[in-house]
Parts: sequence; structure tokens; C-alpha cells
Amino acid sequence: MWDYTEKVMDHFLHPRNVGEIADADAVGEVGNLACGDALKLYLKLDAEGRIADAKFQTFGCASAIASASALTEIVKGKTLEEASRITNDDIALHLGGLPKEKMHCSVMGKEALESALANYRGAGPAPKEEGEIVCRCFGVTDAKIARVVRENKLTTPEQVTHYCKAGGGCGNCIPEIQAIIDDVWEKERRKKAAPGAPTARRLTNIQKIQIIQETIEKEIKPALRADGGDIELIDVVGDRVLVAFRGVCAGCPSSGVTITSVVEKKLREFVSPALRVEEVRDDDRVS
Amino acid sequence: MTIAYLDNNATTRVAPEVLEAMMPFLADRYGNPSSMHSFGGRIRKHVDAARGEVAALIGAEPEEIIFTGCGTESDNAAILSALAANPRRPHIVTTRVEHPAVLGLCKRLEKEKHQVTWLGVDAQGMLDLDEVRRALRDCTGVVSAMYANNETGVVFPVEEIGAAVKAAGAYFHVDAIQAAGKIPLDMRRSTIDYLALSGHKLHAPKGVGALYIRKGTKFTPFIVGGHQEMGRRGGTENVASIVGLGAACALAARHMDEENGRVRRLRDRLEQALLDKAPDARLNGHPERRLPNTANISFSYVEGEAILLRMNELGICASSGSACTSGSLEPSHVLRAMGIPYTAAHGSVRFSLSRYTTDEEVDLVIEKLPPIIRTLRELSPFGRG
Repeated sequence: MWDYTEKVMDHFLHPRNVGEIADADAVGEVGNLACGDALKLYLKLDAEGRIADAKFQTFGCASAIASASALTEIVKGKTLEEASRITNDDIALHLGGLPKEKMHCSVMGKEALESALANYRGAGPAPKEEGEIVCRCFGVTDAKIARVVRENKLTTPEQVTHYCKAGGGCGNCIPEIQAIIDDVWEKERRKKAAPGAPTARRLTNIQKIQIIQETIEKEIKPALRADGGDIELIDVVGDRVLVAFRGVCAGCPSSGVTITSVVEKKLREFVSPALRVEEVRDDDRVS
Repeated sequence: MTIAYLDNNATTRVAPEVLEAMMPFLADRYGNPSSMHSFGGRIRKHVDAARGEVAALIGAEPEEIIFTGCGTESDNAAILSALAANPRRPHIVTTRVEHPAVLGLCKRLEKEKHQVTWLGVDAQGMLDLDEVRRALRDCTGVVSAMYANNETGVVFPVEEIGAAVKAAGAYFHVDAIQAAGKIPLDMRRSTIDYLALSGHKLHAPKGVGALYIRKGTKFTPFIVGGHQEMGRRGGTENVASIVGLGAACALAARHMDEENGRVRRLRDRLEQALLDKAPDARLNGHPERRLPNTANISFSYVEGEAILLRMNELGICASSGSACTSGSLEPSHVLRAMGIPYTAAHGSVRFSLSRYTTDEEVDLVIEKLPPIIRTLRELSPFGRG
């Protein structure tokens, strides 16, 4: 038997805000009968754009019902912007916690809310989760797995199963889940190593120069200095990075190799794969 | 709050007579049956008497019975022993609906080196005998099938399977853990080589089981140690529980008619009332070829754990094949093997009665469950009722 908190049992036995809203401004829907749980969320906004009413219908276990009930309590009175910041953890906390195997119930609540918000914005059916299906048993995509891993700081496939069910059926996809986990944390590690260097984000030119400068300082200079050389950033023009070598590197016949094998490789890894590095010689600058 | 206990396939209460028989061996009579002194040695005759009572329940000879620690141990010991007896026959045949005691072992053996043929069942949970015959090969060492299914109560045509197994020259192991004590078993007229049973499913305590090994059948001990159980199971005997198991088997033999009479009628009344009162409800398993005590009913559009916890609030104990209660994320492997739609499998509830089940308990379920189903369906985005 699960060790449910009193709050979970209270929300399960006396669910708040059950039912439909006929003239709802937003409807969110996740899950299906085959999966064993499903949630339909209805939101009604007031004149100021705050959530005036929220109702739900759930097919699922005690913690699924309790999570949906808690969600309706949490969202009421919030603007859509505020609601969009609610996490699955907020739902679990509202219930005094959920057994770890049941965290997917709180994730379902969060997803129903996202689906409702998307429905409000698009006024059409909520978009499906993007990405490729990884877990065929429960139809979970790589994008969703990566998201629960990131948002909940998960490190093992077992935790992923608890949060989004992926891997909980035949188990064939567990190596793939492990690979996604490794990938997520590898990317995070790189982001930390070169702060603010997300490849996907659009950068202003000043931000880009800053990140390039940091990468040169932290990742490239130490390697060159070990050989008695040095490097200086001269300019960034679009994706062209202009650098000048100093110390023993200046005038070194193999500086061209250093540019591609060290400098360009590091900058492409930490900043953007589109970057091209060019060496500027002092005589060029003068001219 | 009074408890309506309708989960006897999970475990049963220890019969008062059983407890009474056990008590001296938990108190003053603590001797070791293997001792040379009479304080201990006198205990042996009680262990042997229990062996006789277990044998009598299933029509076996006392020497054909060894005591074990649980039903799972009995199943493991039998299958591994059969394979060890015939190293040139490493192929295993079993069914998709076995209890984890057999399923888990066969899955592990499959990973190691053994080929396993998994027999399917039809929508009513029945085996296809032709499929059984087709699965048998020259290298089949053991066939393991359950007598009766723990979730649905469906009873397999064990002797027909056994005839085919014997013709193929393989050993035949039967997990009779749910059947023993509920329906008559007779090893004198049987094809079974090994048969497992468990104490706590028939009103003996937990932590004791037995294994029938047909005379002349090879047996390799599973627990290796001393000379106990004629050298077939090491470890000092769990005397009190063994005495309890003997007493429980003697009681079960005496109550066999009641089990198949009053208990069956009570089960039928419960089942019929629930199917009548709750729309979109269906019976899982063959309606006739079933244990007399088990009813497995699916309520579509609602989820099993939610049903169980609502019933729990009212003191009603049952179990479910839903994903959330199975400890995994998928519904019961038995219901899936039967091809029960997921929608129905998630909403399945198993009621299992015993000779202690009263009319009042059944009436309570008939009164309380239909409104619970109605309430949960009002919460559900699917179906209406």
C-alpha cells in the first residue's frame, strides 16, 4: 500500500472542483485510458485575465485524482503568466509530497495545465509533445524525457519512470533513457563551464563577444600558455572570429593548425558551431 | 470498524484450530526434532503427523512431501530440480499467466541459458491443449503450469496437459498454491511429478510451504545443508508452522464441501449482484472452470487503486490488477495475456472469499461498491454511468 499523506487522501476522498466548465476559456487534456490515467482541465478567466474558475475530470489512481484537485486549487486567482510558472513540484508540495513512484501524477497535472495554456493561446487543440517516441509502451518522446530530467534533476532511468512512466513497460528503451539523461547533464555541464553559452538561444552580438572572450580565457589560453604562447581576441564580425597570436605562437608556422584544431574547435563547442576563426597578423592590422 | 475481508487469495486468516495446534511448539515444546534426547526427539512425530495430513489432502504418500519455507521456494525447488535431473533437456514450457514465483524464475533461466516457451491463454484465461502439445520438444525438460490462477481463479485442465507432458518424457510441475484446499486434488490418479503448496493460502501461517515429489522422481535439494527432510531440504524444521500446516490441511479436507457449496454460492451472489448493479462491468475468466472462491470483475472507465482505497475507507479488503496496484506501470500480466482491454484491466477488482466469509461481508460490498463506481465515474472524463 502506498504511503499517501493525509492531504493526498483528503484530496482523493473529497476532490475539489470536479466537473466541466461549459464556456471554458481554455481546456487542457493529457493521458488516455490505455495509459491508466488521464486528466481534463477547464479554466475560466475573469475580466482582468485571472483564472476565476478551474475544474477537472480525472481517470486514475488516488494520487492522480489528488494531483488534479490540488492543481485546481493552485491555479485559481493566478494570471496565465503566473500559472505558466507552476511546476510539477508545486503540485506535489501542495499535497505534502507524493510517493516517488507516483511523481508522474504531478507531472500529468503540470502537462494538463500547459495543454490548457497552449489551447488558450492557439485557440485550437493543444500541440502534441514534440520529438521522437522513445518509450513505445507509454508513448513518451525524447523531448519529454529530457524535460522531466532537467526540471526535476533526475539522474537514473528508474527516476525517469517514476516521473513520466517511460521505461516502465517492456524496459527495452532504458538504455536510450540513460543516453538522454547523460546528454542532458553533459549539456548542462558545458553550459556551466562556459556560462551563458546555450547554443539554441539567440545571442546579441555583445553577448556573443562576451562568451567568446570567456571561452578563450578559460578554455584556450591555458593550453596555449602551457606551450609558452598566447592569444588575443581582436574582433567578431558575424560568425567570423578574428584572433591574433602572441608569444611563441606569433609567427609560428603551425599557427594555422592551432586555429582549427584548438581555437575553432573549442569556440564551436562552447559558443556556436557556425563560428569560423581567422588569424589576424599585426601587419594586417596596420594596413 | 468491522473489516470485510475479501482478499483470501492474497492471504488467509490462521484458523483458530491451527493456532491452537501450533501454540505448544512456540512455548514449552521447543525441542529440535533431530536431537538424541527425548525432549527434542519427541517433536519428530508431530512433524511426521503433519506430513501425513498434508499428504492426505492431496492423495499422496507422506514420504512424497517435504516442507519448505514458502510456496515460492517449492516452485523454485521443483523447476530447478527437474532441470538438474535432465541436463540434456534444457527447454522449459510454461504459461504467460503464472504467479511470479514461476514467472520470475523462468525469466531468469531464459536470460541465463534455457529456452522457454511461453504458452498464451484465450480471452477466458484457458490454455489451448494443441498449443501445449506443439510446444513440447525432445529437449523439453520441464513443463510448469499452475493448477488455478491466483487472479482470476481459472482452473487449467492439468491432467490433459500432464498426459501430453508424460508422452513427451518431460517432468510436470504444478503450482497448486491457490488450488490446494479449495478443490479436491488426488496425486494417486495424476500425471503430476511435483506440486507446490503454501501454508498461508489455506489458513496456516505465513512462512511455511510444502512440495510434493512423486515417488521415484529425481530431486536435487534447493536448500543445501543438513539431513532434514530426508536430506532433501536442509535447515532445522519450522516445527510450529509445520504442525500448523498439517492442521490446516486436515481442516481444509473436512471443509472441502463447504468451500464448493456455501462459499461458491456466496461468491456467485456477490458476482451477480455487482454485474447487475454496476453498468459496464464484466467478469474476467472462464465463468465455470474457476475456483469456487474467486471473482474478478472489471469496471470500465475507473481505475483499480481508486476503487480499492475508497473501499478501504469502508473496511472492505480486495485487490486489483490495475497498474497502480501491481507495483509496475502496466496492468496485470494475467489480464493482458487474456487480451482484456486496458480500459477494463485498469479497473479490475478481485474478490476472494474463504470459509470464514459471511453473508454480511458480501452484503456490505454489494451495498457500497456500486456507489463508489458511480462516484469515480463522475470524476472520470470517460464513459458515463
